[in-house]
Amino acid sequence: MAAAETPELSAEADLSEKTQPSTLRLVLRNKAVFWGGLLLLAMVAIAIIGPFFTVAPTEQNVMSRLKAPSSAFWFGTDFLGRDVFSRVVHGGRISLVVGISVALIATAIGMVTGMIAGYIRWLDAPVMRVMDGLMAIPAILLAIAMIAISGATLTTVIVAITIPEVPRVVRLVRSVVLTVREEPYVEAAIAAGTRLPFILIRHILPNTIAPMIVQATYICGAAMLTESILGFLGAGIPPEIPSWGNIMSEGRTYFQLTPWIIFYPGVALALTVLAVNIVGDGLRDTLDPRIARKMRA
Amino acid sequence: MTGSTPVLEIRNLSVALPKGADRPFAVEDISFTVGAKEIVCVVGESGSGKSVTAFTTMGLNPKEVKAVKGEIILQGEDLLKKSVAEMRRLRGEKMAMIFQEPMTALNPVIKVGEQIREMLEIHTELSPAEQKARVLEVMEDVSLPDHVKMYDSYPHQLSGGQRQRIMIAMALALEPGLLIADEPTTALDVTTQAQILELIKDIQQRHGTGVLFITHDFGVVAEIADRIVVMQKGKVVEQGTRDEILLRPQHPYTKMLIASVPSMEPSHRAEIDKTAPALIAQKVNKTYGGVGLFRKSREVHANKDVNLVVHRRETLGVVGESGSGKSTLARCIVRLQDPTSGHIEVEGADIATISESAMRPHRRDIQIVFQDPYRSLNPRRTVGQSIVEGPMNFGVSAAEAEARAKELMEIVGLSAEALDRFPHQFSGGQRQRICIARALAMQPKVLIADEAVSALDVSVQAQVLDLLDDVRERYDLAMLFITHDLRVAAQICDRIMVMQNGVVVEEGETAKVYANPQHEYTRTLLAAAPGRDVAFAK
Amino acid sequence: MLTYVLKRVLSTVPVMAIVAVLVFMLLRLAPGDPAAVIAGDYATAEDVERIRTQLGLNDPIPVQLWHWLMQLASGDLGTAIFSKKSVVELIGQRIEPTLLLSLCTIVFAVAVAVPLGTIAAWKSGSIVDRVVMLFSVGGFSVPVFVLAYCLIYVLAMWLKILPVQGYKSPFDHGLLTFLRHMVLPVMALSVIFIALIARMTRASVMEVLEEDYVRTARAKGQSEWKILIHHALRNAAVPIVTVIGVGIALLIGGVVVTESVFNIPGLGRLVLDAVLARDYPVIQGLILFFSFIYILINLLIDLSYTLFDPRIRY
Repeated sequence: MAAAETPELSAEADLSEKTQPSTLRLVLRNKAVFWGGLLLLAMVAIAIIGPFFTVAPTEQNVMSRLKAPSSAFWFGTDFLGRDVFSRVVHGGRISLVVGISVALIATAIGMVTGMIAGYIRWLDAPVMRVMDGLMAIPAILLAIAMIAISGATLTTVIVAITIPEVPRVVRLVRSVVLTVREEPYVEAAIAAGTRLPFILIRHILPNTIAPMIVQATYICGAAMLTESILGFLGAGIPPEIPSWGNIMSEGRTYFQLTPWIIFYPGVALALTVLAVNIVGDGLRDTLDPRIARKMRA
Repeated sequence: MTGSTPVLEIRNLSVALPKGADRPFAVEDISFTVGAKEIVCVVGESGSGKSVTAFTTMGLNPKEVKAVKGEIILQGEDLLKKSVAEMRRLRGEKMAMIFQEPMTALNPVIKVGEQIREMLEIHTELSPAEQKARVLEVMEDVSLPDHVKMYDSYPHQLSGGQRQRIMIAMALALEPGLLIADEPTTALDVTTQAQILELIKDIQQRHGTGVLFITHDFGVVAEIADRIVVMQKGKVVEQGTRDEILLRPQHPYTKMLIASVPSMEPSHRAEIDKTAPALIAQKVNKTYGGVGLFRKSREVHANKDVNLVVHRRETLGVVGESGSGKSTLARCIVRLQDPTSGHIEVEGADIATISESAMRPHRRDIQIVFQDPYRSLNPRRTVGQSIVEGPMNFGVSAAEAEARAKELMEIVGLSAEALDRFPHQFSGGQRQRICIARALAMQPKVLIADEAVSALDVSVQAQVLDLLDDVRERYDLAMLFITHDLRVAAQICDRIMVMQNGVVVEEGETAKVYANPQHEYTRTLLAAAPGRDVAFAK
Repeated sequence: MLTYVLKRVLSTVPVMAIVAVLVFMLLRLAPGDPAAVIAGDYATAEDVERIRTQLGLNDPIPVQLWHWLMQLASGDLGTAIFSKKSVVELIGQRIEPTLLLSLCTIVFAVAVAVPLGTIAAWKSGSIVDRVVMLFSVGGFSVPVFVLAYCLIYVLAMWLKILPVQGYKSPFDHGLLTFLRHMVLPVMALSVIFIALIARMTRASVMEVLEEDYVRTARAKGQSEWKILIHHALRNAAVPIVTVIGVGIALLIGGVVVTESVFNIPGLGRLVLDAVLARDYPVIQGLILFFSFIYILINLLIDLSYTLFDPRIRY
């Protein structure tokens, strides 16, 4: 075919995506990244700036309990007369903090572990068996149990959500390392007497960056969902903090009466996670078409 | 040309490439014909448009690659005017195709007999029993052993040659007038290649099929072609009978291509000082497998008691087919793999079984150049960074390493500015030059070239071979040259070592081995080299 | 073949042991005293001490681990603190709804997702593909309970064609009643599963369609439809089946939430009740039970590969 016949042409097109100069522009040219990013930016902006313009999310008003959405209360009020709009805006901060923290911690731990497992042969089997074991434990149940024992704080929630995400990152990094270490340019570096730490940092680590960014976005989205589920089940962040999960959990009892208490935070959450996932898909398509596609599961 | 009307006639064909490609047309205004009972070879280097021509004829191009002008007339019908459904009917019935990689061209999860039968299922009204009978008939026709049993085999259970025979049987099932063969022997070992070429010739004669044969290999061309079409950058530069093109080429490009084909006649080599061995290997063994967890798994001897000596300024060629263990040997000597046992002596030190950290100081003495120029350089690092990495590992200052890198770039025929660029900005041949510069920057005593010119176009191949020979002399290198290509080996090796199944079967001076091979296997190899009897125009 | 199966079955034992150790460590090393948590806010120091002794928490950690592993080896997942029933017995009482809900969800999800993903791959880049992909990204973005409430709102409260919640066993109430109560939970639970499988199906079918043997099939004059069914889907089967196995983990999480929303008395509710009651052994035993189920299902899936790919031989 055309591609097979002109390896110079195709190889160059392929590689130019990976070299530094045009990467950012290439990523922004992707429609999904652009629109998803715009939506995400809007949600982030609301979460950061919004709380300065709303009433306190904990301010109770017994006179106006369970009110339907109106011009005074855009998203209505809950059973204590608190303004749902204000609570949703504040909840955005919590969700984003959880999502971003989990993504960063999980990728950092996973990256180091994955590189070690992928490059140091005798450590590979034991590390991966532990990861297999960790993957077998249902994430939400483990998180609920850990939070139940340690007490519900923002930190325990983040830790409990992070642990089950680590094995996925480890597997991904390890598979990249295993592929890359067979590349002739890595072998050439070994033959040139380059020491192990430099082999890892110079020649192998850069190959994990792109799939890692993609994976981190997916983890961020998944962590926000898990946080909301934990909150909803009453096993998440302390109930006095207005996280989206907590708002919806409180709305459960009155669902038949006031469905908006679940509906608005639900939509806010879905939109944010959707934006994150769309950006993730777009990044995957531009940064790393091969590897991440297989590893999404 | 035969007197009757041609099976295939391509008239003024132009095929457009999508926007953003390096040129507007994959092929431009080409015309040639293929007669019945005739084999027409389309030859060219990569990017010549030869495969696009084949795929356009079959109607198998990707959507973006479109024929925009001309006609492709197959037995009187213009293929470019056919609907998708009509093309589907013609494929298989009137024209069939075989591909380069018989392993990937067959569906791994369907029995090979069934895959041939699929052809009959699509195009005929025969009953399943009749179809199977016909399949067995064609399988016998392509000389597949035990074809009744093989019907129920899966592709991975067959050898490369057998798979290609299955592909040929499939193509011939409906007796098409035209057979298109796209580099059908490129992925095969030389002995298998000879058999498959023989088969194609034989079948084509018996069935009166016209064959359009795409290849880059002039040896194969000399072996099989009735007529030759030479393509360059999408255009036909010359066409004529086999002898006209191979012996009396007219166009300068054709002349250059044919002159670049390495000769089977070993070149004259200077005397070597046999008192200064740079690399000695004794009883090197490499075994895979062995101890399994539950039972003893089968041991594979990749190298068995291999001995070799390479002197300063000498090139020792290691030739063999795939699975001969020649690459394993190279990788054991550079210690990218650990030999199971044996001695490898470089500069007086035995490096065969020492630890990785003990090996490190010796690494600068042995350098290697790999086959694939596209994967041998880190795409994220500049050429300069790649070249200075090694010397700086050994304490050379950055300034000195860079100065040396500049010097080396001149020697390998590139400019010093190239050091600041990234690998993707270079062609395959240029990258291989960079890899050679990187190896030389270490000031090694031994240079190992592992199929280092095998992935290159023939014209580039000749230049890189010259470069390797040049640096060997300039730096007093001992060179271990691993190759499957007997022509290349004849041109560059002082001595040659033939390997089969991990064992060295013959060793001697190149000219002597070629003129008077002692071992049966060496004789088979030499006899199988395509186009060995043809003296290409120089 | 048989020796291989045996070998694979035996090889899950160490994985299960690792899981058991992990669950133990994660729960035991988490800061906080299970005994204090169980005893509640108004307990006296004696109460807490009594519970500590009862749970064996005063033994050194390795001893506790050893007891726990020995207990598991004899098939005992633990005993509930309050009801004094064994965890195995509790699971037996509650497993039916969970099992049926999961089975219905898997069957429904596969039946919808595989054709969807295949068509998306075949028409890749078209409107159909985009809609499928958008649906699948969306499926990953909406929490299952929000989805569940939306479905309840529309189908049960507004259109009133389905019951709001509850579970009716097919053995007591007949198949039809059972199914009527299953529709909403299965729909809510399967969305993320469909998204996952459809994505993987699309990706692997697309990859297979790039293969040389698909080109060979085209060169034979085979129709696109037959190529898709005959050549592509069979070769794409292994990754698709694998992702179903991995998805079991998602499903288990979803089951807990779904059972809670729809008030289904299954294992998910058992877990939540145990968490609310701080019934430590039950939580630990159930997590382990679910992990073992995951491992077993993935073992079966591993063994099934040979059905799809003759290259995998035992």
